Amino acid sequence: MALAPVAGCASMPAFEVLVEVTLRPGIADPQGATIERSLPLLGVHSVSGVRVGKAIRLTVEASDEGEARRLVDALCASFLTNPVIEDASISLAAASVR
Amino acid sequence: MAATVGIVVFPGSNCEHDVAEAVTRLGATARLVFHKAPSLGAVDAVVLPGGFAHGDALRPGAIARFSPVMGAVERFAAEGGPVVGICNGFQVLCEAGLLPGALQKNRGLAFLCQEVELVTVSERSALTTGVPPATRLRVPINHFEGCYTADPDVLAGLEEQDQIVVRYVDNPNGSAGDIAGISNKAGNVVGLMPHPERASLELLGSEDGNVLLTALLKSADRSLTC
Repeated sequence: MALAPVAGCASMPAFEVLVEVTLRPGIADPQGATIERSLPLLGVHSVSGVRVGKAIRLTVEASDEGEARRLVDALCASFLTNPVIEDASISLAAASVR
Repeated sequence: MAATVGIVVFPGSNCEHDVAEAVTRLGATARLVFHKAPSLGAVDAVVLPGGFAHGDALRPGAIARFSPVMGAVERFAAEGGPVVGICNGFQVLCEAGLLPGALQKNRGLAFLCQEVELVTVSERSALTTGVPPATRLRVPINHFEGCYTADPDVLAGLEEQDQIVVRYVDNPNGSAGDIAGISNKAGNVVGLMPHPERASLELLGSEDGNVLLTALLKSADRSLTC
């Protein structure tokens, strides 16, 4: 899939984007399981459901929030995640004026 | 006429010369193809070798799949040409959607570098043409992300359509169904985590990899004539 490059433009608003990539429910997460098993060594017995993922921060220039979100959605589907094993959740906020 | 094997070189590939050496010893002509090449040239088979393309940044194979050469690999595969991805090459083929499923971190979270025993399953893949099912082979693995994972319906489909090429006898990495290698439905695109080229000489501890590479060259000859 070809993504059209966003032309640099001084008046284009920027959006700070956080993409959180997590393993899909049911996909084994050996890192999360190892962390969870280690918690009793720290005297912690009240934590469960540990899952490890990754966070990807991006700054996107787009005419509006919808356009920025469409671009990031497309990037997640084609590149930032492997949909066979991963899900993405996207948080997006207008960047503070620079 | 000897088959010509195109071996794709991504930035970070590190097994391309091993594959070239192994197939040359078996009588083929090896040709390295750079990842930026828009075409494969006149080749009869393609190997995506092991290594760490683009440093495995993001996910193994995630960036390599967008290489210019991958369009040519997809066309070659669509025409029925034999394509084999070894280790990182298997990861690239899965990321590219040429093979189903994905390769996750090994279940034990250890980088595994050891010889393993394999048993062949399908006899119709480009890598096992004419190799009797249940043939046992000793071939090395060398990977961190080799745990084959797919949805249950995909796994069932692989079984039903005879797409499982090799299984581990003693599963080292947690792969679903002990799967070490699979093919596409047609059988001409194969990915496997073990390295047949590293078991191509007695000096290396095993020559069993030659069983698979010889089958690949046979598949390449067959694709020449049809």
